[in-house]
Amino acid sequence: MEIKINLPTTKEEIIKLKCGDFVSISGEIYVARDAAHKRLMELIKEGRPLPINLENEAIYYMGPSPARPGRIIGSAGPTTSSRMDFAAPTLLDMGLLVMIGKGKRSPEVHEAIKRNGAVYFAAIGGAGALISKSIESSEIVCYEDLGAEAIRRLTVKDFPVVVAIDSGGRDIYG
Amino acid sequence: MRRIDVSLITQKVAELFESVNYKLSDDVSKALRNASEKEESALGRRVLSSLCENMDVAENEQIPICQDTGMAVVFLEIGQEVELVGGYIEDAVNEGVRKAYEEGYLRKSVVNDPLERINTKDNTPAIIHERIVKGDKVKITVAPKGFGSENMSRLFMLKPAQGVEGVKDAVLETVKAAGPNACPPFVIGVGIGGDFEKAALMAKHALTREIGSKNEKEEINSLEEELLSSINSLGIGPAGLGGSTTALAVFIETYPTHIAGLPVAVNMCCHVSRHRSAVIGED
Ligand code: SF4
Repeated sequence: MEIKINLPTTKEEIIKLKCGDFVSISGEIYVARDAAHKRLMELIKEGRPLPINLENEAIYYMGPSPARPGRIIGSAGPTTSSRMDFAAPTLLDMGLLVMIGKGKRSPEVHEAIKRNGAVYFAAIGGAGALISKSIESSEIVCYEDLGAEAIRRLTVKDFPVVVAIDSGGRDIYG
Repeated sequence: MRRIDVSLITQKVAELFESVNYKLSDDVSKALRNASEKEESALGRRVLSSLCENMDVAENEQIPICQDTGMAVVFLEIGQEVELVGGYIEDAVNEGVRKAYEEGYLRKSVVNDPLERINTKDNTPAIIHERIVKGDKVKITVAPKGFGSENMSRLFMLKPAQGVEGVKDAVLETVKAAGPNACPPFVIGVGIGGDFEKAALMAKHALTREIGSKNEKEEINSLEEELLSSINSLGIGPAGLGGSTTALAVFIETYPTHIAGLPVAVNMCCHVSRHRSAVIGED
């Protein structure tokens, strides 16, 4: 069965999702990967404000290929989530509700997902051309100097994912 | 002697990198399509059919198959009767990479220094492996390599007494640890023997072999088949979501080694296993 959700959403909606559910995402999500996470964590360490508000938001771990002229974005599949494990618990504690990527997460991330009633979705790694068809708009929010690693805001429609870790901590990767 | 202008190498390198990022070689795409018919799990079939659809979208709409269009690995086999003119060959290769990644709308994923980490913005430098061979031709093989799978690769310095069982354990341990991170179904390159760097280089080179081709050494061919079937019974499956298709192929290269050692390198590659070759000097 496929569940449709609109992002950003609320904790009440997220805790209904169960490990292994197919979910079709529409709405707005942030995009950030390694270098952007490093910068966000530096700001947090220094006690300075972040350039984005994470409350109830979603972050998709992704760094697209360049868009051809007239196109919205290039290839846009997930990157390996575990490289963001160093930052995820802190961001979840600050209100981040949804993470989208591929692959296993650390025990610390599991704990933070349970603690905050969050969710981790897996998108299909290596299906970047197909996934790009679900993206309706893409705009750089900050860190443009990072190129493919800038923070973006995407509008997506029917982006297919699977619940990899649900709010109860159940994990599809075992 | 045959004179080859290095500008021809630039042009070929550019063409190969651009094309292979939009269309996989026939052996890989065929293997994926076959797998999607044979996969036992329904979820696995669903993932594989998405991967097949992804290949079609990439080719028809000119969107790279994967956004990680890789670090540019180039194998050059240069005939010793070739005279290269018109510039330095490594500059020519890098110029080809620059051209492909800029004009081909490919992602620039290379940083200038492993610690300073500033993007070079043109995906150079390439990683170039040159070999002088017999003859008067130049063979270029490009293999852009994504790092989701590269990061899950391993090198083992086994003891000779561990033998073939040790090799099998090393490969299976690497594959299990790679799991969903390295975008299964995998192609797995294994280098056995030589020394530390030779084993790694063989593992990388093994990834450029055609899926479906047999290993020339019979016992190594059976080892490849045995490993493939053990890997496919691990249950990792397409995208790591479970199933009977965890790998499309295991390719092994071997080399003589020292009496005291048994090096084993396992280079993991995802289903976006990109390799394409061209020969310059073929009449
Ligand atoms: S591992 Fe391969 S398929 Fe997965 S994101 Fe990297 S290049 Fe793409």
